Amino acid sequence: MNKQEAILEYTLRIADDSLILGHRVSEWCGHGPILEEDIALTNIALDLIGQATNFFDYAAKVQDQGKTCDDLAFLRLEREYKNVLLVEQKNGHFGDTIARQFFFDVFRKSYFEALSKSADKDLAGIAEKSLKETQYHLKHSSEWIIRLGDGTQESHDKIQESVNHLWKFTNELFFMDQVDELLIKENIAVDLESLKSSWNSYVNEIFQQATLTIPTNGWQQAGGRKGLHSEHMGYALAELQYMQRAYPNMQW
Amino acid sequence: MVTKDKIWELLTQVFDPEVPVLNIIDLGIVRSVELNENNCKVTITPTYSGCPAMKTIEEDIQKLFKEHEIEIEIESTLSPAWTTDWISENGRNKLREYGIAPPENEVDKSVLFAEATVVPCPLCKSKNTKMVSLFGSTACKAHYQCNECLEPFDYFKCLR
Repeated sequence: MNKQEAILEYTLRIADDSLILGHRVSEWCGHGPILEEDIALTNIALDLIGQATNFFDYAAKVQDQGKTCDDLAFLRLEREYKNVLLVEQKNGHFGDTIARQFFFDVFRKSYFEALSKSADKDLAGIAEKSLKETQYHLKHSSEWIIRLGDGTQESHDKIQESVNHLWKFTNELFFMDQVDELLIKENIAVDLESLKSSWNSYVNEIFQQATLTIPTNGWQQAGGRKGLHSEHMGYALAELQYMQRAYPNMQW
Repeated sequence: MVTKDKIWELLTQVFDPEVPVLNIIDLGIVRSVELNENNCKVTITPTYSGCPAMKTIEEDIQKLFKEHEIEIEIESTLSPAWTTDWISENGRNKLREYGIAPPENEVDKSVLFAEATVVPCPLCKSKNTKMVSLFGSTACKAHYQCNECLEPFDYFKCLR
């Protein structure tokens, strides 16, 4: 693998995380528990899809095969998507969505802080832009974790159950392989190992305020970064890709 | 002969489709204008990553310059990232008159459940207002309500 191939793969991974989570969160449009939350979630989805667009634009430029951002977003096969399993998990109830978002936002904030110092100026620029939005997302999801965890008995039990279910997907956020190794040497990629302790301590701090406990079962599931997805991914892609598959090259 | 001043002046005729009282100079999204013998380049930057207004703004710029028979190239840049500090004083006054509260100095976003920023009501000027939701009608706004005159209003939230 040469440097160009590594940058392409690396950029697609970030783009896919944003796209698939953005798609999932957008499914809440018109279904939010209250109007304000409906608007909040769709705004967050819009930010994520905007970030995905910027990363896909750059990926298409690096790939240099005449493909567009839309080709990459809509016309790849399931195994070509490299997002982490966490982001493709179903929305479930509001607590499930908030727990998924919280784990992701905590990671993304420190990740973008680090990536904005990347030697790759394009990635650094997108990260710098995305970071400002991610700060709002993290505030939103953190406050909800505390409200639900330290709320009623029912909300506490429900969000604890969401946390227990999603915990096994959190370690994959820190997945690294030869792509990362090659690019860390070039000061392009972020050494994810260095973000782990701050992720853990932030999650711990919020969980304490939320009277939630961190699951003790340490078993972890991974595969997304290699294109091996959970059963939910196919359904998400079916909806995401439907228009372009049914009516190739159609324009809005 | 086209001058740089002329181009800057023309750009004040392009408005943000979502906040139609603000032109793109007031909004601070035009970063530079370069002019040489056979080419003119305007560099703009988006407010938010997913801002749907960007495409319309680019088209509006192209259309306007075509009418004036000036050929331009538009480039979009992400860095340095846009901040609400770039909204001009003029722009802030226009927002207020339009009924949207302009950005205030906000507290650190890492403080959870912090007291919401005090935002004066653009209608009755009272400071007795409350935040309804941090996320409003577009990505760049929060939703507030005035406790005095009861007017619900948009607040252009601080982005730094």
